Amino acid sequence: MSGLSLHRGISAHRIGAMILRYWYLLVSSWPRLLELLYWPALQVITWGFLQFYIAQNANFFARAGGTLIGAVILWDILFRGQLGFSISFLEEMWARNLGNLMMSPLKPIEFLLSLMIMSLIRLAIGVIPMTLLALFLFHFNVYALGLPLIAFFCNLIFTSWSVGIFVSGLVLRNGLGAESIVWTLMFAIMPLACVYYPVSVLPIWLQYVAWALPPTYVFEGMRALLIENTFRIDLMLSALAINVVLLVASFGAFLALLRSARKQGSLLSGGE
Amino acid sequence: MTGNDQASSRPTVAGSTPSAAIEVDRLVKVYKQTRAVDDISFSLPRGSITGLLGGNGAGKTTTIAMVMGLVLATSGRVRVLGHRMPEESASVLGRMNFESPYVDMPMRLTVRQNLNVFGRLYAVKNLSDRIAKLADDLDLVDFIDRANGKLSAGQKTRVALAKALINQPELLLLDEPTASLDPDTADWVRGHLERYRKENNATILLASHNMLEVERLCDRVIIMKRGRVEDDDTPEAIMARYNRSTLEEVFLDVARGRVNGAKEAVR
Repeated sequence: MSGLSLHRGISAHRIGAMILRYWYLLVSSWPRLLELLYWPALQVITWGFLQFYIAQNANFFARAGGTLIGAVILWDILFRGQLGFSISFLEEMWARNLGNLMMSPLKPIEFLLSLMIMSLIRLAIGVIPMTLLALFLFHFNVYALGLPLIAFFCNLIFTSWSVGIFVSGLVLRNGLGAESIVWTLMFAIMPLACVYYPVSVLPIWLQYVAWALPPTYVFEGMRALLIENTFRIDLMLSALAINVVLLVASFGAFLALLRSARKQGSLLSGGE
Repeated sequence: MTGNDQASSRPTVAGSTPSAAIEVDRLVKVYKQTRAVDDISFSLPRGSITGLLGGNGAGKTTTIAMVMGLVLATSGRVRVLGHRMPEESASVLGRMNFESPYVDMPMRLTVRQNLNVFGRLYAVKNLSDRIAKLADDLDLVDFIDRANGKLSAGQKTRVALAKALINQPELLLLDEPTASLDPDTADWVRGHLERYRKENNATILLASHNMLEVERLCDRVIIMKRGRVEDDDTPEAIMARYNRSTLEEVFLDVARGRVNGAKEAVR
């Protein structure tokens, strides 16, 4: 055990070693860096021009300036946060390196913490240029949201980590045959999270499902802020409470799936 | 080490040898309908080199994986360096290491970067010096700043061995350590492993299909077949029991089910 240790034997050295490993990988590959930048930029340009067009032709959207482009940016925080987490995990599967890590003193919680930090780093590389593009092209300053933006960001990133932890467990247990879940699960959440429209649009029974998802509160909160100039702290606290439950549940699921992978011997194969 | 020495340090199933590096007690692993490992027991004294022999599907890799804690046993117990696996793995993983053809080092990272990452994971002190020494010992200097994916198979094997030695492990688990190496390099690696064992009093458990390698390196051989321990003794004693002059001949006898009367008497 290294000298620099955090709570209950969690080692900052080992977390740092894993971040170093992903950083080496990221900077050694320009396609990986480009991939972080180009898709968010493409998104904001496409939706930015759409919002620009609609705002010129519809009174409501002229009034609710920025809801579309704001939704795109917040959605990308959610989606890219999860991908940033999951892709770093998948790199270990693709490299057949998981056995080396599992045999090392690295603990599962340290592994997950390093993936969380990497998701923040990857998110920063992709989303900060995106927000600057929105500012210069469409005069939408997401940072002008102020403190509520921190609440939005935290809630979205917590959800993205929960989903990332859960799907990583699935891949750990089922091998790369389950890889497609990594790329698609968040899109299954998208219509229910009401990214581009209010919850009231949904049928009543589906609204109950939508309110079980923390991102729904964030996107409703964003619309309340941009349209009514009201920061709904009640929505943020509800999202936070659900996020805490989701994080604990996803970590428990990850440990259970890891144990199942050990039973099945899939840590050595890691294949399809 | 002679067979008698080993016999004296080998525990019974019920007993436990405090100095044992690995104790395996009635270990069973069942995958659905397949008994990959079927009620095996053995104990390896510290400082010994033991070869695990057997054909494909004999249960060698599963046994090593259970010793490492990568695979959970269906029943039975494993103790490594005095600690129960996998329950107490946190106390022991930093003191052991492994090399296996079932895992790779990250391909895009250079050799130095890979060793740097794993050295940090194992909290190796004076890591730069350690990497320099390993590079020197294992002849990695010429390609230490090259990406792992651009190395030849033999170079990759040496890098994997460097990773396995990065923390100067007390216990080293090796699965086919010289596969894909040319005879000269393989011989050189075996020499390095022998020196490492002597200098560090390390325990080595290696699975291999190379019988000459096992004869040269190992002071004890465990032969597995269909998940069971078929024989367990010094190479010399096993060869004498089968009335054979090489382990390769013994291996073929076991694999093809040629029962030896002398062996049956001993068992």
